[in-house]
Amino acid sequence: MEGKITRVAGPVVMAKGLSGSKMYEMVRVGEDKLIGEIVRLVEDRAEIQVYEDTGGLRPGEPVETTGSLLYVELGPGLIGQIYDGIQRPLTLIRDEYGDFIMRGVVAEPLLKRSWSFKPKVKPGDKIVGGDIIGEIQETELVIHKVLVPPGIKGTVKSVEPEGDYTADDTIVTVETSSGEVKLTLKQKWPVRIPRPYKKRLDPTDPLITGTRILDFLFPIAKGGTAAVPGGFGTGKTVLQHQLAKWSDASIVVYVGCGERGNEMTDVLRSFPELKDPRTGKPLMERTILIANTSNMPVAAREASIYTGITLAEYYRDMGYDVALMADSTSRWAEALREVSGRLGEIPGEEGYPPYLADRLAEFYERAGRVICLGSEDRIGSVTVVGAVSPPGGDFSEPVTQSTLRIVRVFWALDKSLAEQRHFPAISWLTSYSLYSGVLEDWFRKNVAPDWGALRTEVGSILQRESELSELVKLIGADALPERDRLTLYIGRLLREDFLMQNAFHDVDTYSPPTRTYKIAKTIVDLHRAMSSALSRGASLSEITSPEIRKILSQLRYMPEEEFENALAELRDIMKKLFGEVSS
Amino acid sequence: MTSLAPKYYRTVREVRGPLLIVEKTKEVGYGEIVRVLDPKGGERSGSVIETGEGYAIVQVFEGTSEIDADKTAVTFLGDTLKIPVSQDIVGRVLNGRGEFIDGESPVVPDDYLDVNGLPINPTAREYPKDFMQTGISAIDGMNTLSQGQKLPLFTGSGLPHNQLAMQIARQAKVPGKEEEFVVVFGAMGISYEDYKFFVNNFEKTGALSRSVLIVNLADDPVAERIFAPRLAMTYAEYLAFTLEIHVLVILTDMLSYAEGLREISAAREEMPGRRGFPGYLYTDLASIYERCGRILGKRGSVTLIPIVTMPNDDITHPVVDLTGYITEGQIFLDRNLHNKGIYPPINVLPSLSRLMTEATRYTREDHRDLSNQLYAAYARAQEVRNLALIIGEEALEESERRYLDFGNAFERRFVNQGFEENRDLSYTLDLGWKLLAEYVPEEDLTRIPRKIIERYHPRYRHKGAVKSEEAP
Repeated sequence: MEGKITRVAGPVVMAKGLSGSKMYEMVRVGEDKLIGEIVRLVEDRAEIQVYEDTGGLRPGEPVETTGSLLYVELGPGLIGQIYDGIQRPLTLIRDEYGDFIMRGVVAEPLLKRSWSFKPKVKPGDKIVGGDIIGEIQETELVIHKVLVPPGIKGTVKSVEPEGDYTADDTIVTVETSSGEVKLTLKQKWPVRIPRPYKKRLDPTDPLITGTRILDFLFPIAKGGTAAVPGGFGTGKTVLQHQLAKWSDASIVVYVGCGERGNEMTDVLRSFPELKDPRTGKPLMERTILIANTSNMPVAAREASIYTGITLAEYYRDMGYDVALMADSTSRWAEALREVSGRLGEIPGEEGYPPYLADRLAEFYERAGRVICLGSEDRIGSVTVVGAVSPPGGDFSEPVTQSTLRIVRVFWALDKSLAEQRHFPAISWLTSYSLYSGVLEDWFRKNVAPDWGALRTEVGSILQRESELSELVKLIGADALPERDRLTLYIGRLLREDFLMQNAFHDVDTYSPPTRTYKIAKTIVDLHRAMSSALSRGASLSEITSPEIRKILSQLRYMPEEEFENALAELRDIMKKLFGEVSS
Repeated sequence: MTSLAPKYYRTVREVRGPLLIVEKTKEVGYGEIVRVLDPKGGERSGSVIETGEGYAIVQVFEGTSEIDADKTAVTFLGDTLKIPVSQDIVGRVLNGRGEFIDGESPVVPDDYLDVNGLPINPTAREYPKDFMQTGISAIDGMNTLSQGQKLPLFTGSGLPHNQLAMQIARQAKVPGKEEEFVVVFGAMGISYEDYKFFVNNFEKTGALSRSVLIVNLADDPVAERIFAPRLAMTYAEYLAFTLEIHVLVILTDMLSYAEGLREISAAREEMPGRRGFPGYLYTDLASIYERCGRILGKRGSVTLIPIVTMPNDDITHPVVDLTGYITEGQIFLDRNLHNKGIYPPINVLPSLSRLMTEATRYTREDHRDLSNQLYAAYARAQEVRNLALIIGEEALEESERRYLDFGNAFERRFVNQGFEENRDLSYTLDLGWKLLAEYVPEEDLTRIPRKIIERYHPRYRHKGAVKSEEAP
C-alpha cells in the first residue's frame, strides 16, 4: 500500500491514504525510503516517527507500508557486532558509505557468510517453538543454539546434513498442522513484543560484578533489574563499562543510547583487547553493542533499547545468562518526550508523556530469570542495568522516580564522593538491593558461611561512622570517646581500602568475591581486636598500627599470590599486637 | 538549486517572532532554504521548520521586523541549507549567516556542505589521545586537552572568560604541527565591545591569519544565532576531515545560543521543559558538540571548547548541566580566585578532563603522577584553609601550615599567569615540581612512584636542569 506525506515536522511525519495499516507497522518514507514506524492512526491518516534525518522530505512524497512491525533479525553473527538503534550494522555501513552516516542507507544486520552447522534433530522428531534444531560455534565463547521460532509445532520432515550454511539457507523442514514450514538459521522478531517463555522463576544467583561495593553490599541477581542514577562526572559510564567487562554473564548487550560517540569508540577499542577473567578470551567474543549516539536520529534512539533487549531475550532463550546495560535511559525518555511533543500529546510531569512510567515498566519487566520455551526446560536470564542521568543530579525528577518504582536495586552515585575522587562513587548510605536477602544463601554456600553477618556488620560500622562524622563537624574529633574514634578509624579503612576501587588498575579493576570477602573480613577482625583491646584499657594511639594500615591500603592492588602472603603477614602482626583474634 | 524560475508566494498568513507561516505552498521540503522579499525590497533568508499540505512554517534568519502579510513575497529554493566552503575562509570574519563582514571579497567555493552535517559513524572514530597545548598551566598540566576532545569552560558573568578564550585561541597548538592548525572562533550573542575586543586582538596578534571568526552580535537576529555554531562546525569539519588540518573550535557563549533556541521554540508554541528550554535541548546541543572528534586514517581533528556562562553561578542550570553530560570534562572559572587577582581563575579541583589518562600517556612520563600529586596537595591545602577558618592559622601544626603555603603558591605561581604568557608543557611540569620541592616534604609524595621522583624531583636533578620560573 502506498500513502502520501501530508506534513513534516522534525522526526515526525504525517501521511494519508494508509487505511488498513497497523499501529507500530514499519513504513518506508519518501523517495529515499527512510525507515519509519507508525505511532498513531486516525482513519486513513498515520503519524510516523522516522528513524533518519527528515531534511528535504516534502508533502506529496510516497509512504510505503511493509506489513510488518519494526523487527530485528536474529541469528548467528550478532555477537561482536556494533549496530545502530534499528539494527543496522555500523561497521558494514562504514565500509560501504564512508565515515559519516548518510540517509537512507540499508544494510543487512546479519553477516553474509556461512556458518558450520551441526544438526540436533532428525526426521520424525516432534518439535515445538524454542527447541534446539542445531548448534553453531558463533565465537570462541558462544555456542549459538538454532531455535525453532515461537509458535511453531510439528514433525521434522527433513534435515540438512552437518556442513556450512548461510543464515538464509533452509536447514530443517517441519510438517505442521497448517502445512510445511522451512526453518533457516535466522528468524525475525518485532522489537516491541517480549519474546515468550514458559515460566518466570525467582532469582537465586547473583550476577558477580567484580566491583566490591556492589557484590558485597548491594548485589544484583541474575535476571534482576538495577538503576544507576547520577549527575555528570559521577562515573555512570565507567561503572556500566565495568559491568560490561567483568560481570559473569555469558552474553553482554551494551546499549549506548544517546551518549557520546567517543565512549562507544572506547568500548570498540578496548573490548577486543580485554580478556574475560574466567575464560581468558577477548571480551568482544560475548558482547553485542548498540550505538545510537546523541547526534544520531532521535527516533532511532527511542527504538534502540527495544532492539537491545530483544537481542538479549534471544540469547536468553538459548539458555544463557545475559546482561544488558543501557546508558542512558534518560536519553531514551527524552526521545520519547520529543516525539510525544511533536505529536501534540498532552504532557505529564516536566513535559514527559503521561505513559513514561508504563513504558519504563514494560522495558524493565522484560528482564527476568525464566524457563525457556521448548521441551527441555532450559533456564536463561536477562539482567538489566539502566543508567539514569537526572538533570542537575536531582533524583526527584520523573525518569529517576519512575525507574525507582520498578527496579529492585538502586546504586546511587553521589556527586560529593566523586568530587573527593572516591570511585566508584556509589553512596553506601542511600543505595539498596532488594535481592541481598535471597542471594545470601548463594554467598554463604559459595564464598563464606559468615558472608551475611559480615555484610551486616560492615553496613552498621559505615552507618555509625557517617553519624559520627556529622558530630565531628560540630565538636571536633578530639571530643569523642576513644570507642567512637575507633569507629571513625575503621570506617575510613573500609572506605579507602575496601569500597574504593580503581577501575583503571590492572588488578584492582576486578575483585573476585573471595577477595572481596577477605578484605572485608580482615578489616572487621581488626575492628573487633582493637575494640577488645580498648575494653582492656589500651588507648587508641597505642594500638593504631601504621604498619597494618600500610599493608591494608596495598591489598587491593596485589596479584593473587602476593595478596595471600600479605594477608598472612597481616594476621601475624595482628596476632602479635592483640593476641589470638576471635571471629 | 532548481533551474526553473522560482515561484514567489505572497500568501504569508501569520508572522510570529522569527517565524512566518506561508499558505498555499506546494511540496515544500523540510529544511529547505527560503528567500524572503520584504516590503521594502530587501532580501532575507530562512529555512523551513515545518511543512504540510498547503502551508509551511519558515524561520527567518534576519528576523521578521517590518515584514507584513500583504507585500512580503516568499520563495522556496528547493535545497536544504548548504554553505560554500574553501580553504580561503581562513583569516576571514563572517556573520552568523556566513556572509563576509571584513570588507574583503568572497572566496571561490571548493564545495557546498549541509550545515547540519551528518553523524560520524562511531566505528569510524579514533579515540582522542594526542595532546593539544594551550599554553595555560592549569589546563595543560592539570586538565590536559586532547585533539578531538570537547572540553567546556564553565564561567560566570564578570569573569575573564573572554580573555582566556582569546589567549587559548592565540596560543593553542599541536606541538610539532604548528603550520597545520586553524582556530574557528564562533561568537554568539556577544556585545559590540566584546566583538571589538576579539577582532582587535585577533588582528593585533596576527592570530587572525590562522583563524576563522564567525560573529553574531547580541542585537543580530536570533535565527542567525542558531545558525552560527553549525556554520563553525561545518567549516571545522571541512578543514579537519577534507583538508586534514587540526582545528580548535571555540564557541562563546552557549548560554546565548540556548536562549535563542528557547526564543524560537516559544514562538513555535512548543512544550517547554526545564526553565522554559525546549525538551530537545540535549539533542540539539549534542548535534553541535558531537561533531568534534577524530576519524581513523585522517590526520586532522576537531577539538571543541564551548564557553558556557552559569547564570548566578548555578551549575544545575539546564544549559550547563546538559553540556556537562555531553562533553568530556569541564574547566571551572572561580569567582573567589578571580577576586584574589588570580588570572586565569581556574579552580582545578572541580575541573576535570575525562580523557587525561589517555593523553598523558603520550606527553611526559611524569605528567600523570605529578598532576595527581599537585591535585592531592592542593585539595589538602583547601582542607587546611577550611580548618584555619575555624581554629585560626596560629593553631595549625607545622605540617598543615606548609600545605597552606603550598596552596597559596600554587595559585599565585602555577595557576596564575600573564595574559601574554605562553608556557610550554615542560615549563609547566617543571614549575609543578618546583612547588612540590619547596613546600611538600618528600615523604608526602605518595602519588608519585619512586623512580619518577628520582628522575624529576629538583633535589635529584643536575643543577641548571630545572629552568628558572622567571624564564619566558
